[in-house]
Amino acid sequence: MRRRGLAALLPILWLAIFFAFPFLLVARLSLSDSALAMPPYTPQIDWGQGLAGLSAFLAALDGETYARLAQDRLYLDAWLSSLRIAGTAAALLLLVGYPIAYGMARCPSRVRQVLVMAVILPFWTSFLIRIYAWIAILKPAGLLNAALGAVGLPRIDILNTEAAVLLGLVYAYLPFMVLPLYAVLDRQDDSLIEAAEDLGCTSMQAFWRVTFPLSLPGAAAGALLCFIPMAGEFVIPDLLGGSETLMLGRVIWTEFFANRDWPAASAVAIVLLATLVIPILLWERQQAKVLR
Amino acid sequence: MRGWMTAAAAALALAVSACSQPGAETDAAASTELRIYNWSDYIDPALLTDFTKETGIKVTYDTFDSNEVLETKVLQGGTGYDIVVPSNRNLPRYIQAGAIQPLDKAKLPGLDKLAPDLMAKLGRFDPDGKFAVPYMQGTIGIGYNEDAVKKRLPGVTIDSWAILFEPANLAKLKDCGVYFLDASEDMFAMALVYLGKDPNSTNPADYAAATDLMLKARPYVRKFHSSEYVDALANGDICAAVGYSGDVLQAKARAEEAKNGVKVAYAVPKEGSEIWFDVFTIPKDAPHPDAAHKFIAFMLRPDIIARASNFTQYANANTAATPLVDEAIRTDPNIYPSSQLSQRLFVSTTRDQALLRDVNRQWTKVLTGR
Repeated sequence: MRRRGLAALLPILWLAIFFAFPFLLVARLSLSDSALAMPPYTPQIDWGQGLAGLSAFLAALDGETYARLAQDRLYLDAWLSSLRIAGTAAALLLLVGYPIAYGMARCPSRVRQVLVMAVILPFWTSFLIRIYAWIAILKPAGLLNAALGAVGLPRIDILNTEAAVLLGLVYAYLPFMVLPLYAVLDRQDDSLIEAAEDLGCTSMQAFWRVTFPLSLPGAAAGALLCFIPMAGEFVIPDLLGGSETLMLGRVIWTEFFANRDWPAASAVAIVLLATLVIPILLWERQQAKVLR
Repeated sequence: MRGWMTAAAAALALAVSACSQPGAETDAAASTELRIYNWSDYIDPALLTDFTKETGIKVTYDTFDSNEVLETKVLQGGTGYDIVVPSNRNLPRYIQAGAIQPLDKAKLPGLDKLAPDLMAKLGRFDPDGKFAVPYMQGTIGIGYNEDAVKKRLPGVTIDSWAILFEPANLAKLKDCGVYFLDASEDMFAMALVYLGKDPNSTNPADYAAATDLMLKARPYVRKFHSSEYVDALANGDICAAVGYSGDVLQAKARAEEAKNGVKVAYAVPKEGSEIWFDVFTIPKDAPHPDAAHKFIAFMLRPDIIARASNFTQYANANTAATPLVDEAIRTDPNIYPSSQLSQRLFVSTTRDQALLRDVNRQWTKVLTGR
C-alpha cells in the first residue's frame, strides 16, 4: 500500500510541476495589466514587504482583461471557428483513420508490426519540415499542379485556404487517430465475430453490430487526442492557411507578440482551457463511471 | 493548444529566469565570447570570421524575423544575448522599459563618421545616440515582376501606391498574385501616406479610413506575409508585393542568379514611404558587454560596414564607408536615396499602448474581415 502511494506521487508531482504551476502563472498573468517594463506586466510581488507585499499584489489583480474579451466579437468568432475547424478535421481523421486501423488489425502479426512502424515513421522527420513539404506540394506551381497538368487535369489552388489547413491537420494528426483505434481493434477477440456469424450475421452486419460498437472507445480517445491540440493549433494554419483562417492560436500570437499584451494572451489561453479541456475531462469521467 | 503551451512555457521560463540573477561579468577585460541576435539573412558570414580572427572572440549568431518576437524576448530578460538589433520605431519602448544599457562611447571610436542628417532622424527615438548605433537602413516600397506587371497594366508607370491599394489596378494583378506585408504599423503608415494623411497620425478617423482602403484591397491580396514574398518574387510566383527595399533587391539578385527570366524591380512610390533603421543595442543583462562594444566598434569601421552593405544590399549610415561600397549599390537610388527622394521619406514614430492595440485590432479586421 505504501509503495503504491509513492508510485502515485510521481504523476502528481509531474502534474504539479508541468501543469498546475504554469497554469497558475498564466492565470495570474491573465489578471494583470500590461505595462512597458521588464517583464511587461504589473503588478509584481514585492517579496521585500512580506505579507503586505503579497496582499498589495493580490489587491491589484483584476478581471478587466476578461471584460475586454467579452466586448469584442473577434474572440468569440475565433473560438467558434477554431472549434469548427478542429471538429471538421477530427471527423475527417475518423473517416480516414478508421479504415487504416481496421486494415492494420486484420493483417498477419508480422505485417502488423511493420505497419505500426510505418505509421510512426513520419515522426522521425521534423514536424516543421513535413508541413513545409506541403507548401512545396500545394503551391500554385508546385508538385500537385505539375502532376495534374501532366495528365491533363485542371489545376487545384488550395494553398492559403482553409482546405489546406484541414489537409495539414489530417496529415499531421493521423497517427494520433490511427494508433488508439488500432489498439482497440487489435485487442478484439475474433471469436466474437465468429459467434455473430454463427448466429446468422453477414460479415457486414457483424462489423456494424460487434466490431464497430466495441471500437468506439478507441475512436473517442483518438478524436479527443486530436481535437484538443488541433483547436489551439498555430503552426499549421500559419503556414498553410490564408489570412482569413481565424483560429485562437493566431489570436494568442497577436496578443502576445504584436500587441505586447501578455494579460490578454493569457486570458484567451485560460478561456480556451476552461471551455474545452474542463468539459472534456468531466465527460471522460462520466464515461468512465458508465463503463464501470 | 500549442499557443497555450507556448504561453505556459514562456511563463515558466520567466519564473525560472526571475529566480536566477544575471551574473556580473567575471572578467570583463578577457571576454572571449559574444552572442548576437540579428535579423535573418542580414550579415556577410565572412565578417564574423574576420572579427573572431582579429579579436579572438568567439561569436554565436542567432536570427529572428520580426520585431515583435525580438521585443517580447528582450523585455522578458535573461536572453543571454550581448547584441540585439531592433528597428528605430521599437527603440523607445526598449529604453523606457529599461531593457537596454547606455553605450560606453569611449569604446566606440568611429561614431563621428555617422551621417549627421540620419543621426538627427534617429535622434527622435534615441536622443544623443545614448543607446543605439545604426546598422543598416532601408525603405518600404513596391517590389514587382516587370514583365508580368507590364503585360497587365500596359503603359502604367509603377510609381504610386495606387498600384497596390486601388481595386481597379489590383483586379488586373490578382491572377498573378499580390502580397502585402503582415506588419500592421508599416502597412497602416503606407495606407495613410497614400490617403494624404499623416503617417504618424493619432486620429482614429484616419486609421478608420486606412482600414477601409485596405479592406477594399483585401479580396485581391493573395497573402499577408512579411518574408515569403522574397522567394515568391524571385521564383516568379507573384507579380507584386509591398516589401522592404533590401529584401526585394535580394529577390532580384536571386532571380538573376537562377537565370529564370524573372526581372524583379523596386519602386518607392511618389506619395512617400518610410525610412527605417535597424540598430545595434546591448541588453541590460548582457553577459559580455565589453565584447559587444568591440563588435560595434568593428562594425563602425568604414571598410567593414561597406562589406556588410555589399552583402545585404541595404545602405549604411557611415559616410566614410559610402565610397567603399560597390558602385552598383551606392549609385542605386533605391538603396542610397537621392536627396530628392529623401524628402519623401518619413520616419514612423512609436505608438502608445492604447493606439497600438487599436491599430492592431483594425489590422486583424483587415486580415480576417472580422
